[in-house]
Amino acid sequence: MMRKRSIMVASIAAATALMLTACTPGSNNANPSDESTDRTVKTDVSAMGDLTLTVWDQEVRGGQDEQMTKLNAAFEEKYPNITIKRVSQSFDDLNKTLRLALSGDDAPDVVQANNARNSMGAFVQAGQIVSLDPWAEAYGWEDRYSESVLTYSRYSSDGVTFGEGSIFGLPQVGEVVGVFYSKSALKDAGVEVPETWDDFTSALKTVKDAGQTPLLLGNIEKWPAIHDFGLVQGALVPSDEIATLGFGNEGASWTTPENEKAASTLATWAKDGYFNEGVNGTDYDAAWQKLTDGSGTFLIGGSWLAADLEDAMGDDVGFFAPTSSVGEGIHTTGGTGLPFTVTSASQYPDLAAAYIDFITNEDAMQVLADTGNLPVVNTADYAPESGVQADVFGVFHSVTTDGVLLPYLDYATPTMADTLGSSLQGLLDGRTSPEEFTKAIEKDYADFVAQN
Amino acid sequence: MQTSSPRTDRTGRGANAASRPARRYQYSAYLYILPALLIYGAFMLFPLGRAVHLSFFEWDGLTLGTFIGFENYLDIVADEQLRAAFVHALVLMFFFAILPVCIGLVLAALLTRAKVRGLPLFRTVVFLPQVIAMVVVAVTWRQIYAPDGLLNSALRAVGLDAVTRSWLGDYDIALPAVGLIGTWVCTGLVTVLLMAGMAKIPVEQYESARLDGAGPIREFFSITVPSVRAETTVALTLTLIASLKTFDLIYMTTRGGPGYSTTVPSYEVYRRAFELGQVGSAAAVGVTITVIIFIISLIVNRLGERSSA
Repeated sequence: MMRKRSIMVASIAAATALMLTACTPGSNNANPSDESTDRTVKTDVSAMGDLTLTVWDQEVRGGQDEQMTKLNAAFEEKYPNITIKRVSQSFDDLNKTLRLALSGDDAPDVVQANNARNSMGAFVQAGQIVSLDPWAEAYGWEDRYSESVLTYSRYSSDGVTFGEGSIFGLPQVGEVVGVFYSKSALKDAGVEVPETWDDFTSALKTVKDAGQTPLLLGNIEKWPAIHDFGLVQGALVPSDEIATLGFGNEGASWTTPENEKAASTLATWAKDGYFNEGVNGTDYDAAWQKLTDGSGTFLIGGSWLAADLEDAMGDDVGFFAPTSSVGEGIHTTGGTGLPFTVTSASQYPDLAAAYIDFITNEDAMQVLADTGNLPVVNTADYAPESGVQADVFGVFHSVTTDGVLLPYLDYATPTMADTLGSSLQGLLDGRTSPEEFTKAIEKDYADFVAQN
Repeated sequence: MQTSSPRTDRTGRGANAASRPARRYQYSAYLYILPALLIYGAFMLFPLGRAVHLSFFEWDGLTLGTFIGFENYLDIVADEQLRAAFVHALVLMFFFAILPVCIGLVLAALLTRAKVRGLPLFRTVVFLPQVIAMVVVAVTWRQIYAPDGLLNSALRAVGLDAVTRSWLGDYDIALPAVGLIGTWVCTGLVTVLLMAGMAKIPVEQYESARLDGAGPIREFFSITVPSVRAETTVALTLTLIASLKTFDLIYMTTRGGPGYSTTVPSYEVYRRAFELGQVGSAAAVGVTITVIIFIISLIVNRLGERSSA
């Protein structure tokens, strides 16, 4: 008995010791490779020999999957010496597995990484993806993309500053948040389609007085209200301030009168009954579906809803983004699809960059448009002639060329999506005052900036 | 785990009391359990140890972690949000365990004593929520609780418009609303367990009680409830663990919202590890839940054993 027990104690002790002396978490990660920026870039893919390129993407839905399949096939056809190994999984799954995949021995060559601090920012900081600057010069990416779009893929090489510095990825598609509306509901209320912010706010009141529900929102998932707030903030706060806040960079503050005004505007809308009943208990999908059955007039939402709304409403649905009241064209929340990045573990960065160039060039944009996506480059050229998609393409074009595309506010810090989502639920419920709201967000932002 | 440990203890004692030559066989006996032990060690003990190890670090899951000792554990006490999550778990214990056991006792007694026709059908209906995947349960209840969902429609139909609300979107109601889903799910399991126990009670006990002039209520408290103590213990253990483990229900219904009014420890583990990139803190919360579950099941079983002895 004694001996048995001592063996057991010894083995437990050994196991514990082994565990505690085992490596510190994160220490087995790939070391950041020192890519010099003046390296010679090879762009001739046919001369690279027989290679296999591993690509991880999240283009799993209908038209997205279709464009990816087509573009990959076209690439392989153009360069028979290259085989593309595509691993496709949903956005959520990709986000959860990417961290482990990048730090493993068998990392993919090209991955789609979310622009946000907690994805792309963290990968840049950990040295797991490479700067694409040398290839951007060789392929002329800065001429291809508008600066407003490229900003979303720029990080300083230490990962501290977002929105400036090297290009770390290229997106294929664009996203823009604006206002969907029911044409027939507007007509019933006798309101013209609003163009400016003041038009929009007065339209809300007129529509409410006419007995309709002006704004639809389903916020049980916490994040949907971020888009509503983003639109209001875009209209009331100078765009450079929002960009600094949204990118989580030093030098701005949430506790300004303009930001408080934005918060109190949203809170007042909720208090005055502009939203449907119980927004915090309503599903996101249920809310946009209400627009299709006529139980609401306006819906603040993103371009990704356009196809579904058009299917259900046909010509009755329209899309606009009001110009801001602070004097610069349209600036509204939006962004890009997930950018394609090159991992530092990749042995063929030249091939990886050539692939990214191929899936974002002019021919690729045509393929994207044909498969029902919103091409991020020269968007207006691909716009359909009529329907809500024409509106969406138009708004995206004018925002990226004349206006400002503002970052999603949750890009700012790793914890911002959570803080903002929960605080907005409180604001809409009337539990959190606009001052408390901006203070809570400022704390998250300031803590991150101070630590970074 | 706790059920197997007394058993090994007992065999250990038995073997020790037996004559010396028996000892030789003891080592070869370990060979038999070795495969199972290896698998258990690789997939249960090692991850558990690793989780404990991680809980001493501040780590974002990507860059090098920093050893911070017990700070993550101190945070659980200091962090208001985490404390709230544990309080919510206590509230859910009432809805997942205490309430179902009370309802289950009454329901099982009625079903056993009433000798109704089609008893198997009732049993199946009551047990049904257990069979449905929690995700499906959650999605269905989310529809029922929706502002224009079934519950509010029903309330409006009977003229209770004043009671209607956004059940999952209301700061004060959301947690009890989620808890009631748990009650709905757990009651079935508890009832079926208790019915099995009650079926074993000799009819004579009831007959003699009736001769002594006991009514149905007296019978229930004096005979039925004490007789199913063992089953009640099992039911309590299972449901208490279920309440502390609740993740899917919260994730699918409210995501901890509105605000943080429905977060629970296991949801915090997920949120911290995968959404906020605070892996160490997530591990600490996970380890804490494990310890709490272990202690609670130990206490419940001790109480159950003592009172049945």
